[in-house]
Amino acid sequence: MDFYGFKTSSRLFLGTAQYPSPAVLEAAIRASGADIVTVSLRRESGAARAGQGFWDLIRSLGVRVLPNTAGCHSVREAVTTAEMAREVFETDWIKLEVIGEDDTLQPDVFGLVEAARILTDSGFRVFPYTTEDLVVAERLLQAGCEVLMPWGAPIGSGRGLNNVFALRAMRAHFPDVPLVVDAGIGLPSHAAAAMELGYDAVLLNTAVARAGNPAQMAAAFAQAVAAGRAAREADPMEPRDMAEPSTPVIGQAVLGDA
Amino acid sequence: MTSVAVIGAGVAGLTVATVLAERGAEVVVVDRSPGLGPDQCSWYAGGMLAPWCEQENAEAEIVVLGQGAADFWAVRTPGVVRRGSLVIAPARDSRELRRFARRTENYEWLDRDGIDALEPALEGRFARALFFREEAHLDPRRALAALAARLTAAGCELRYGEETAPEAEWTVDCRGLAAAADLPELRGVKGEMLYISSRDVVLTRTIRLVHPRIPIYLVPRGDGIYMLGATSIENDERQRVTARSLVELLSAVYALHPAFGEAEVIETGAEARPAFPDNLPRLVCNGRRLHVNGLYRHGFLLAPAMAARAADIVLGKGAEP
Repeated sequence: MDFYGFKTSSRLFLGTAQYPSPAVLEAAIRASGADIVTVSLRRESGAARAGQGFWDLIRSLGVRVLPNTAGCHSVREAVTTAEMAREVFETDWIKLEVIGEDDTLQPDVFGLVEAARILTDSGFRVFPYTTEDLVVAERLLQAGCEVLMPWGAPIGSGRGLNNVFALRAMRAHFPDVPLVVDAGIGLPSHAAAAMELGYDAVLLNTAVARAGNPAQMAAAFAQAVAAGRAAREADPMEPRDMAEPSTPVIGQAVLGDA
Repeated sequence: MTSVAVIGAGVAGLTVATVLAERGAEVVVVDRSPGLGPDQCSWYAGGMLAPWCEQENAEAEIVVLGQGAADFWAVRTPGVVRRGSLVIAPARDSRELRRFARRTENYEWLDRDGIDALEPALEGRFARALFFREEAHLDPRRALAALAARLTAAGCELRYGEETAPEAEWTVDCRGLAAAADLPELRGVKGEMLYISSRDVVLTRTIRLVHPRIPIYLVPRGDGIYMLGATSIENDERQRVTARSLVELLSAVYALHPAFGEAEVIETGAEARPAFPDNLPRLVCNGRRLHVNGLYRHGFLLAPAMAARAADIVLGKGAEP
């Protein structure tokens, strides 16, 4: 799989927040097999990029860093955070989040499109965190995004894929755009379902970070993502309304105490 | 008599000095700050002696290391309150409470009546709680002052405003984050906290309000004063309390009891806690220099056990008082 020219062997992106410790985080990343991890900067940067210690630690893991603009509520904040992320991590990748509503952490899709345009114009490779709205998706592509990341459910809710119909429609509308389900995944079965829908990858954080055993949960997600992807490639059967016996019954002896 | 220089007079340094002195060492403590006070990370501690609650988000080793802490402090300092910890959640976050219960041990479930009996100020507000009966808390500022006074009374020298350790057979380095140049894995984790004063709400034990995004704790200091903490942010910033953190902490304590809305904010503070990648403390020996560091969020809880281990290294295991 290829995102902005970067070949990744894993279809699981992992977030790096909320782990009990950096040591547990490292174990979880290793167990997940992820080679792309997201890192937040907004709150951690403080007044003078004070988060250097933690960021060095992430960099030392040898994975590709996808900085995010988590916690940004306006275009200006998101753009400023992205510019700082580019300097700190020496990458033009940015996971763009512009939060529009605090209870659901739903993206402000208008601000998102505007910020995406500003950032792609200044050379960023934008991974936009968006809803499953097709029109917004189209606008993001027009703004220069080459990846789309619709939510499965609100961030951290662990509710899985809330709108399977819309996610399926999105896949059908954009057959050639890399699509990543971002946010709302709570269980490996949710991740497998996203992959079975034909999504190219899933991005998750809380489901692993807040598990009792994060490394074990990360391994479970890796298996689920691989299983879902393999199932998609294997061309699954179509569901039917009626039973269809898998072995012929005509001519078969009927056994019993007749 | 073994001579030991201890650098750093925070909770790690003073505890190590105390244990060494009790085991017969000749101890001098130096600290670069002008005195016990706001230049030290320990000054902002909650002072919870809550090993079982901490297990919710920490390694099981915390329980092993922390179990003796309340006894250690109660013998040496005034103001150890052994009334347990009460862990509660608003109705919509009851799942968080069940999660907390799954990850911890040594608690009992309380219903509404049980909560009201323990803390009448919370009457009718919460339907379920976890009660960690064996936990305790102390006032860190009083405890540090008491340890310092004990050391001085025992003939140990405390030199403030000094950074260089005097000549000694052993040096124990308890500088916290200031030792990061010697301990490359050490990082800072910012914590912000407040002191509030309320005439309306009387709580007598540590209360933890669990919440998926903003868990808080409230530790009574007596006379209507409470320590409210704490954020945990992956950076090494000191002294800068942000508006967002204040909003979050205060909203959460308002959810605990709306009468806290009328409380007076009497102090805000921020410091960077020293932590290793596993967030567990370490003893690192370099010749005759021993580092005691990485106490992270557990300074008062883990310092006694770490001090005992440090003394074992410096004086040999057999050296009892």
